[in-house]
Amino acid sequence: MNSAAFIVIGILTLAAALAAATLPKLMHAALSFAVTFLGIAAFFFLLGAEFVGLVQVFVYIGAVAVLIVFTILLTRRDIEKDRGFNWSGVVVAIGVFGGLIWAIFKTQSLSGVAPEMPVLTVKHIGEVLMSGYVWPLLCVGLLLTAALIGALILVMEDREEVKKVK
Amino acid sequence: MSVSIDQIFVSGKRWLLSWLAGTPDWAIQIASSLINIFALLAVFLTLFALMSVLERKILGRIQNRYGPNRVGPFGLLQPVADGIKMLVKEDIVPVRADKIVHFLAPVLIAATAILALGIIPYGRNLTPFTIDGGILFFFAVGSTTELAVFMAGWGSNNKFSMLGAMRAIAQMISYELPLIITVLPVVMIVGSLTPDTIVAAQDGYVFGFVPRWFVFTPWGATAFILFFVSGLVESNRTPFDVPEGESEIVAGHMTEYSGFKYATFFMAEYIGMFAITGLATTLFLGGWHAPVRALEFIPSYVWFFVKLGALLFVYIWLRGTLPRTRVDQIMNFAWKFMLPMAFTCVIAAAVWHYAGRGLRGWLWSLVVIAIAYTALSIVLDTRRKFAPRTYRFAE
Repeated sequence: MNSAAFIVIGILTLAAALAAATLPKLMHAALSFAVTFLGIAAFFFLLGAEFVGLVQVFVYIGAVAVLIVFTILLTRRDIEKDRGFNWSGVVVAIGVFGGLIWAIFKTQSLSGVAPEMPVLTVKHIGEVLMSGYVWPLLCVGLLLTAALIGALILVMEDREEVKKVK
Repeated sequence: MSVSIDQIFVSGKRWLLSWLAGTPDWAIQIASSLINIFALLAVFLTLFALMSVLERKILGRIQNRYGPNRVGPFGLLQPVADGIKMLVKEDIVPVRADKIVHFLAPVLIAATAILALGIIPYGRNLTPFTIDGGILFFFAVGSTTELAVFMAGWGSNNKFSMLGAMRAIAQMISYELPLIITVLPVVMIVGSLTPDTIVAAQDGYVFGFVPRWFVFTPWGATAFILFFVSGLVESNRTPFDVPEGESEIVAGHMTEYSGFKYATFFMAEYIGMFAITGLATTLFLGGWHAPVRALEFIPSYVWFFVKLGALLFVYIWLRGTLPRTRVDQIMNFAWKFMLPMAFTCVIAAAVWHYAGRGLRGWLWSLVVIAIAYTALSIVLDTRRKFAPRTYRFAE
């Protein structure tokens, strides 16, 4: 059952990723990219990591995909135009893929049988985050706050300039 | 007797599954899920039909007219007539529209709305799908709606659709923040993201007669009101229905939809409304718990749907009472008032917890809320700042 689900989800995710890379219309590519995110979330569910899967849907489809779509809409004037084929992208993709494959096969723990994992609840994750990993968590929080304030400053209108325009 | 009536749906499902005894486990699992899905759809599509006619009736009453009263007794068969009308209408797809995206948008929006219903406990042992992070699931699914609205707006290739979608997404993203942050105090106090645990934590009575619902604490009441308003915005209801403001942009992202696709949008809006009020009931109004001990003999699911109905009535009531707000007013309200108040709720809940969860905590958290509210109303006071209106146009 699980391996069948793995294959089905894998095919769907790969197909969506391929579509995202090859579809002629940029908006279609962005939307199929969202499907790829969903496929990755499904993998997390399959592995029993419900929390990570839900966060994947929440952050990547709810925020990142919407952001991508809006960026395309607001910045590009040639949404409808066909884009050409980009060979440098293929080279970079093959390079990254090869690097990852090499790193995965070098991993020592891969050869052994996967250890039996206890069911991970949200509560456990919260406890671990708040005790052992509290410093990384706070640093990420600080970074995100800084990013938020930076974004605000970027879009903030200069009062003086606004008055001059009037 | 009352227990068997309370559990009648649970035992009914068990009886149905007993027909499958002897088949492999996965078959029983699939059958069990299918029964849940079927029951959910049956109940909520009926409720949708009922709600659509009741809404028009109540709106009619508010506006001093009759409302639908031609089809069937008291106009109760109106939804059937509406449904048939929507089904036989011509389905028009604009020539320049993106066919696939245009088609997928209503499907996606309805699917996400229905998915969100799955985690709400409708009664004792009546949660269709128990997920460890149920609340998170609700919001994860809900955040997908934005993409569906965008698809509807962009796929239609119409400027009104696109403008409507932009407005919808802008207000949905803005209000998703207070919506989620007002849930935080409940999650903090209960220490769980599972709806069943949250309902179980609201069992019992304080002083023997006040139910232990979160809405009866200062932070809970504030969070409930904020949650309710944010829910109103998320479901694009009056007074926050700028995305489909007829007077400005025809029907927003639904402009280019007709026939059954339009009905699907309509249905998704109502189901989203049921989901959000259902979650409000679960989080703040004690879920399926009875308000008085003497009334506990009434089955739990009846209480849940009574509370749901009361909240839905307020939705209709507001729609019949309030005019539409302006776009900038909605945005300012979200970022300048709702968000700080939502954060205050989190602090007030922490104060309540550390002051012993009793009367003392009650008073202290009330003080926190009152201070924040007064400070915000002083800072945001614009009474003296009204100047002649100026207009700025795009350069």
